[in-house]
Amino acid sequence: MASTMLSLASVSPSFSLSIQGKIKLGSLERNNLFIKTESFGRMSMVAAVNPSRFEGVTMAPPDPILGVSEAFKASTNEMKLNLGVGAYRTEELQPYVLNVVKKAENLMLERGENKEYLPIEGLAAFNKATAELLFGADNPVIKEQKVATVQGLSGTGSLRLAAAFIELYFPGAKALISSPTWGNHKNIFNDARVPWSEYRYYDPKTVGLDFEGMISDIKTCFVFHELYSPEGSFVLLHGCAHNPTGIDPTPQQWEKIADVIQEKNHIPFFDVAYQGFASGSLDADAAAVRLFVARGMELLVAQSYSKNLGLYAERIGAINVVLTSSDTAARVKSQLKRLARPMYSNPPIHGAKIVANIVGDPTLFSEWKAEMEMMAGRIKNVRQKLYDSLCAEDKSRKDWSFILKQIGMFSFTGLNKTQTENMTNKWHVFMTKDGRISLAGLNLAKCEYLSNAIIDSYHNVC
Amino acid sequence: MKPHDGDSVFAHIPHVPEVPLYAMLVAFSKDPTPLKLNLGIGVYRTEDGKPFLLNVVRRVERLLVNDMSTFKEHLPTTGMAEFNRLSAKLILGADSPAIKENRVTTVQCLSGSGSLRIGAEFLAKHYHHHTVYMSQPTYANHPNFFNAAGLAIKTYRYYDPGTCGLDFQGMLEDLSSAPSGAIVLLQACAHNPTGVDPTLPQWQQIRQLMRSKGLFPFFDSAYQGFVSGNLDEDAQSIRLFVADGGECIIAQSYSKIMGLYGERVGALSIVCKTAEVASCVESQLKLVIRPMYNNPPIHGASIVAAILKDRDMCNEWSIEVKAMSDRLISMRRQLFDALRDKGTPGDWSHIIRHVGMFTFSGLNPKQVAFMNQEYHIYMSSDGRINMAGLGPQTVPHLADAIHAAVTIGV
Repeated sequence: MASTMLSLASVSPSFSLSIQGKIKLGSLERNNLFIKTESFGRMSMVAAVNPSRFEGVTMAPPDPILGVSEAFKASTNEMKLNLGVGAYRTEELQPYVLNVVKKAENLMLERGENKEYLPIEGLAAFNKATAELLFGADNPVIKEQKVATVQGLSGTGSLRLAAAFIELYFPGAKALISSPTWGNHKNIFNDARVPWSEYRYYDPKTVGLDFEGMISDIKTCFVFHELYSPEGSFVLLHGCAHNPTGIDPTPQQWEKIADVIQEKNHIPFFDVAYQGFASGSLDADAAAVRLFVARGMELLVAQSYSKNLGLYAERIGAINVVLTSSDTAARVKSQLKRLARPMYSNPPIHGAKIVANIVGDPTLFSEWKAEMEMMAGRIKNVRQKLYDSLCAEDKSRKDWSFILKQIGMFSFTGLNKTQTENMTNKWHVFMTKDGRISLAGLNLAKCEYLSNAIIDSYHNVC
Repeated sequence: MKPHDGDSVFAHIPHVPEVPLYAMLVAFSKDPTPLKLNLGIGVYRTEDGKPFLLNVVRRVERLLVNDMSTFKEHLPTTGMAEFNRLSAKLILGADSPAIKENRVTTVQCLSGSGSLRIGAEFLAKHYHHHTVYMSQPTYANHPNFFNAAGLAIKTYRYYDPGTCGLDFQGMLEDLSSAPSGAIVLLQACAHNPTGVDPTLPQWQQIRQLMRSKGLFPFFDSAYQGFVSGNLDEDAQSIRLFVADGGECIIAQSYSKIMGLYGERVGALSIVCKTAEVASCVESQLKLVIRPMYNNPPIHGASIVAAILKDRDMCNEWSIEVKAMSDRLISMRRQLFDALRDKGTPGDWSHIIRHVGMFTFSGLNPKQVAFMNQEYHIYMSSDGRINMAGLGPQTVPHLADAIHAAVTIGV
């Protein structure tokens, strides 16, 4: 059988054969088609190319959030504002590498550390530091070794490990996720083949938390027309700074959420992507997680250092599982390792070392806390200024206080899809269609402009 | 799931035993004997048995850390564009028509492992045939990547213990009887664990057979440069396949060849028939990657890109690769000579015939166990030796151990 060598030399100039995938063969399994061409009295055999094995692969839809950034880049308007970005920006709207991170990297370089493989579960010093940061170093679950911690690829990778673990050992168990939630949550559970359903969360009428709806749905979920909430579902909760709404339960509401989860024998599954970045305090932002742990509940927590240490591209995070015994913790850890191994063998070292070095050094740790307070502080200032501008510019006396009640990088403005389009088309403010803005992409100088855009969109567009 | 006080909903979860190789490494580190040898590792070591941080890598890191214009923003899901371009060029050749015709889609992944898994997931989703054939034996973790993606595993004959060489007839027979469309996993060079590579003429035959049977090639390239010391030469097997205009998938790793193990740097390239297809394939790869870890880690890729794009640094790197490759060849020679000088019974020429980091010594599990007990030699029970675990001072000890194991009639 001749190889499928494309022999262009034997094709006469007068014969044009469109070869680029336009020859459709009946089925992908057929792989022979000979086309004879006759030209200048010479027979040349041209073995037509086999069609691509991937001929049927369709173009995937673009990522909606990426689309916002791309549209922003394409815009030439000088007033344009990118409020789709999920990364911290300085007051000058520039990316920011924390000073303490540079210091840690320099230290690592000076020490001439090698790049040997980490164990599958990751850097031990990092795993220790990350669990202590989250639960508190004095937490009994840490002292009693009841926590299984495995380094993961930032929040996403940690969530995926957990989802794979759930699929394997809790087959058929559901994940209950907030409506709305971070877009990738659904993708992660889908790819891990974990079924999910939503609990009410955002109340567009108040631009706040639909607490009654949330509690009711965690107790009993409507899926299509069925009443469904099997006991032992995994309830996905945002530890702080809910993405995309910015709306967090109050401490009292967290108690009630814990009550109903315990009542239904559900398992809490926290996504903590903003510890320290929301309020500026690492401990305050871990309060919800620690509340649940203090009740003796078993739970999962995915952590990310993308925002709070600005280590986005280093992909550093962890999955923690709190169990009732150290023996179970050891077994669960071995299972998480077993799931990580066929994903990437062992995790990347650089981000883990940065975190371990910073947390392990009192001076660097203090410096980190200061920089984190600065970042969180800038976001809070911008929130305040936006609120003040809205109140000053809006003659209708609409209550904009929900802006101040929200927390973290994001804010749900309450604008609908058409109003959001007005924001972009008329005001060159680029944001996602759900009405979310990223305060990280805003600075004090642009608050007035933004408030005018919001007011116009809210009042003049349906 | 109704736990009573103190009961765990995770109580039913069993313990997973440690990967045998890792358990052995732990045993090695705990062994107090001064004269012990770790030949079970899968990494390069200097002749003093130390990890090796390449000079060019150290240089680049210094530059990166002081470069105020670099940030740590999320990479795109497909990774660093420059890294991807340079990686494709490295494996396919700078003047590859496939690259010029935009028929190659390359995405940054987490080393070879991550590339294999993403490739497997992509094939499971978008390719019509769900069986993968891999060599008997192959790298221990190979089946796991494909299993996890839901693909079935079969093997093709590869290693002939009688000759300590390639069972070429067996390989061709098994590939011949594979169903059309099946995926075939091939190691581009420096076969792990055997050290046995097909010759170029044999690769041609393999290629012809596979193309005629419509078998789909999936290359694992983890040792480019480690066989001959020349990067282009070691990529010939892959380039043969790409030159015929057909499609293939390639998983590339920089772990050994740039000493970047823990940074997890690699690339997955899919060579397609047309640029159109390549573009659609890339968009679908993103959908596989995003729910797994969103986007890949930047540090290792920055190092690779900085080296590959700069002629001096690239040159410096290729010299360091040649030095590593030369050292492996030197250790092979020294071990062979030592066994010959001792008059150790048997034909040990396979040690110098084999290529890359590993060699299947031909020792059986009993002999391996004996060498571990009496000589504190640590190696996997299949007889695989990592030549990088040897230095001129330790070769005699290993030769003694092998000689003893073979002559005592274990």
